[in-house]
Amino acid sequence: MSSLESAQKIKAKFGDLISEPMEFRGEITVKLADAEQIAAVCDFAKRQLGFDYLVDISSVDNCGDDPRWMVVYHLRGLKHGNELRIETNVSEEKSELPSVLPVWRTANWHEREIYDMMGIRFSGHPDLRRILMWEGYPYFPLRKDFPLAGKPSDLPGVAFTKPAPLEGGPFVTVAGGKDSISREPRVRTPEE
Amino acid sequence: MRTETEIGYNSKIEGDVIVTRVDAALNWFRKNSVWPMPMGLACCAIELMAAGASRFDISRFGSEVMRFSPRQSDCMIVAGTVTYKMAGAVKRIYDQMPEPRWVIAMGACASTGGMYRSYAVLQGVDNIIPVDIYISGCPPRPEAVLDALMKLQAKISTQPVLENLMAVRSLQHH
Repeated sequence: MSSLESAQKIKAKFGDLISEPMEFRGEITVKLADAEQIAAVCDFAKRQLGFDYLVDISSVDNCGDDPRWMVVYHLRGLKHGNELRIETNVSEEKSELPSVLPVWRTANWHEREIYDMMGIRFSGHPDLRRILMWEGYPYFPLRKDFPLAGKPSDLPGVAFTKPAPLEGGPFVTVAGGKDSISREPRVRTPEE
Repeated sequence: MRTETEIGYNSKIEGDVIVTRVDAALNWFRKNSVWPMPMGLACCAIELMAAGASRFDISRFGSEVMRFSPRQSDCMIVAGTVTYKMAGAVKRIYDQMPEPRWVIAMGACASTGGMYRSYAVLQGVDNIIPVDIYISGCPPRPEAVLDALMKLQAKISTQPVLENLMAVRSLQHH
């Protein structure tokens, strides 16, 4: 049974909540319309379809668009080797969706990292606290409106932060440049 | 047998007696037994391990043991990226080292924050502790670590040890 068939089985079970499976470079993605059902969908995927390995949970900040957050679950079945991607949208006012911890225990730290970096909460998570930054750090660093250099903060006795000197901006390269001179990392404006 | 050393010792004439200054002797003891405390945080720690292994032997220079206890070490080699979260721990370990103590900042990340100009990386460990020697490189070759150790030894040999000990002693008498 391929990933496409698994995606169609999920669509058959959950109906209108699941979009048509999209295919890109051999990978199948389904969108889930209601984030509250994510635990039920993941449970079905694990128990019935054999996706017993959660590869990763990642999140996207659609800065300015509504809904602001998109949370992406990458699933894999170790026995059949198929992969599947499930995307859900969460609005900024809510910023919360159910945790998939009862399905895969590994979601514990993935969800803590998403909470730490983006501020999206997971209901039903037993220990939702920061994992990369420290308790009491006031910002969510990977949001689009947070600068790369960081903002100053001070928690006496724990940690402090200062903005890093960027010297004009992040120096980026360009993929697929003709030679190393054109690929040289420097400040690039978006139209290049 | 005639031997020539910088202390100026001629064994044929003087026998087995060396005449020198207290400062020179104490500095010679200290610089040839610098026991490092490896604060190995990231990739530079691998090169530090290479410097400690057999090809680039660091114990040739007296750094016989990499003491992971700060109480028993002389020099803290900060090898790797210091994040803001780790900075508190590095400072606490540095405070536990007894005098005389020195710090070598190994690699670009420990010296200046390296390529990580971001919200989470301390831009140079000299923001929290005083550094004696900076090594550049990402990561520096083990030979560069040994060169830094030699420069540290040169720095140690210029310390006015006796003067400092006398000053401390006179403070204690009051």
